[in-house]
Amino acid sequence: MSVFDDLVGQDTVIEQLRSAARAADGLLAGGTGAGMTHAWLFTGPPGSGRAVAARAFAAALQCAHGGCGHCDSCHQVLTGTHADVLYVRPTGLSFGVERTRDLVLRAASSPTGGRFRVVLFEDADRATEAASNALLKAVEEPSPRTVWLLCTPTAEDLLVTIRSRCRLVLMRTPGTPAVVDALVRRDGVDPGLAGAVARAAAGDVERARRLAADPEARERRREVLSMPARLDGLGACVSAAARLYELAEAEAKQTTAALDEQEKADMRAAFGEGATGKGVAKAVRGAAGALKELEERQKRRATRIKRDTYDVALMDLAAFYRDVLAVQLGAQVQRSTESHDEDVRRVAGSSTPEATLRRVDAIMRCRERIAANVHPQIAIEAMTAALYLG
Amino acid sequence: MLGYMSTASVSALSVVVGDEELLVDRAVAELVAAVRAGDPEVDVHDLMPGQVSAGKLVEVTSPSLFGERRVVVLRSAQDLTKDLATEVTGYLRAPADDVVLVLVHAGGAKGKALLDAALKAGATRINCAKPTKAAERLEFLKGEFSRAGRQITRDAAQALLDAVGTDLREIAAACTQLVADTEGRVDEKAVARYHTGKAEATGFTVADRAVEGRVAEALEQLRWSLAVGTAPVLINSALAGAVRGLAVVVQPPRGIADAELAKRAKVPPWKLKSLRQQARGWSPQGVARALQVVAETDALIKGAGRDPAYALERAVIEIGTARGQRR
Repeated sequence: MSVFDDLVGQDTVIEQLRSAARAADGLLAGGTGAGMTHAWLFTGPPGSGRAVAARAFAAALQCAHGGCGHCDSCHQVLTGTHADVLYVRPTGLSFGVERTRDLVLRAASSPTGGRFRVVLFEDADRATEAASNALLKAVEEPSPRTVWLLCTPTAEDLLVTIRSRCRLVLMRTPGTPAVVDALVRRDGVDPGLAGAVARAAAGDVERARRLAADPEARERRREVLSMPARLDGLGACVSAAARLYELAEAEAKQTTAALDEQEKADMRAAFGEGATGKGVAKAVRGAAGALKELEERQKRRATRIKRDTYDVALMDLAAFYRDVLAVQLGAQVQRSTESHDEDVRRVAGSSTPEATLRRVDAIMRCRERIAANVHPQIAIEAMTAALYLG
Repeated sequence: MLGYMSTASVSALSVVVGDEELLVDRAVAELVAAVRAGDPEVDVHDLMPGQVSAGKLVEVTSPSLFGERRVVVLRSAQDLTKDLATEVTGYLRAPADDVVLVLVHAGGAKGKALLDAALKAGATRINCAKPTKAAERLEFLKGEFSRAGRQITRDAAQALLDAVGTDLREIAAACTQLVADTEGRVDEKAVARYHTGKAEATGFTVADRAVEGRVAEALEQLRWSLAVGTAPVLINSALAGAVRGLAVVVQPPRGIADAELAKRAKVPPWKLKSLRQQARGWSPQGVARALQVVAETDALIKGAGRDPAYALERAVIEIGTARGQRR
């Protein structure tokens, strides 16, 4: 067993990281540490396991046995409680400069366990430009034992100045057999279902796992995929857009509602609501500002969840038209929308490859618009209208 | 509605109910004036909830040594604390002869018990609700002129309302000013000399004109609504709503009832007729183009472009062009 077991279909990456961890061990023993460096950038398509790889690497760095997977240290890193690993996971739309400065300061301290101080920054592309600039110096010349692990979808998502200071770890899209194997072996998913969701997720391990575990997610995907066949007029386009909008709102609400209330109650309790005694009234009044700030944060989190939901739906739609294109061009590739084969063939038969490409463009434009803060319903209506007309 | 009260008609207990400040102030002032007409020496205590205490209430309502009359005005009676409200209710049961009590209440559910108690005790109710309909405001405006002993034509009154807006205080001020500045019957020309433009132009008017293909009017309305401070995002969402309505009625899903159609277009059922009217002259391709324009414009307003006003003007023109589009 090893900390790298969770990585699916990334053999070259595992080899690269293992040898770096060995070099790091040598460094601690007084060697030159050739093969190890202080800043790493993990890139790869969604679901390829950037954060998983970074976490495994962090564990290997903290473990005396190169990431054995069963010592205390490995366990702590993998569960996210290791004292020398700073976990940064932006929950909002962006990661601001103030929090970055704070992070830089904390990253500079010496490791308490005598090995490395590791900063694991997931979704580093959410750092604003000012935040990236604040990171620059720390990433270039960190304290002797500090190691930065940044994760982004592509290297281009970061400022060139940061990119050039990091060693790249390129994750590849895992093949379907590897994903099926991982689902069956580790999550105990039924092989038949594992095969279906692995093909549906097209290499996105996280998404495959989600689809396997959550029947509602499968249902939502089915609904999204049956959309193109139902676009028989502009009225239907508007309805479909409204439906997508409702789905995303519902999803965000479901994820956040319970969480929000709990957080608010905790915050109020922390300010002494319900308590008695001298000075309580004043303290509770002071909670108003903090509560407002918390609500702002929660709102940003909800926005991000909504955007992620739209993105998943739009990528499913794009996958549908990719398969349409594959049918139209007679390409022998694995298709991810086998459940809607009839729809795919019908759409393929009634349009040209050029129209299909225009439709894919419309979907991508819609993603860009939603990312640019256009009202999702407006953006999606424009998209469904374009899908309808071709 | 007011203005002809004699001393005799001033009841010992009145409630002024409503949230229109101007009307409330006038009603109170007239009550005070009416009492004062009968007795110039009258004492007036005009109290906000913050100034009222149990002691103060007793002080202003207890019999005085020289028997002069007093007017006690309790403003924002709905905001009185529970204890004070009980005090007032207690007084209502045993009112003093030489005190005229005026309770000013905003209406609504807050402090309703006190209002009910006062009405039960035989209070005269004076309603000062905010006029909500355009016709009511027109009536008010005409009333302003007749109070001053002047006349205004219907068109002139409408023009003045369009220019001034919905705030009664502003309407009253504009009327007073016009009465002072003009002579004789006030007509449209006189109004136009002092007032131009529109105080209230909404995104909905812009959107309606734009989808009807009246581009010049839509642009004019757009300039007005931007000038009075309507947020560009709201104007664009009005455009989006209008185009969405078109999309639904131009190519409705097959076999769908009107009620359901109205629900999808997010309009009340009676509006379907005007939507269908607007949809005349639109082709599906044109509507699809308009949907694109709206999405582009939303992006331009939200930071992809430099000038939201320009983005909206472009949208109005593009939508006008899309209307003529045949394929």
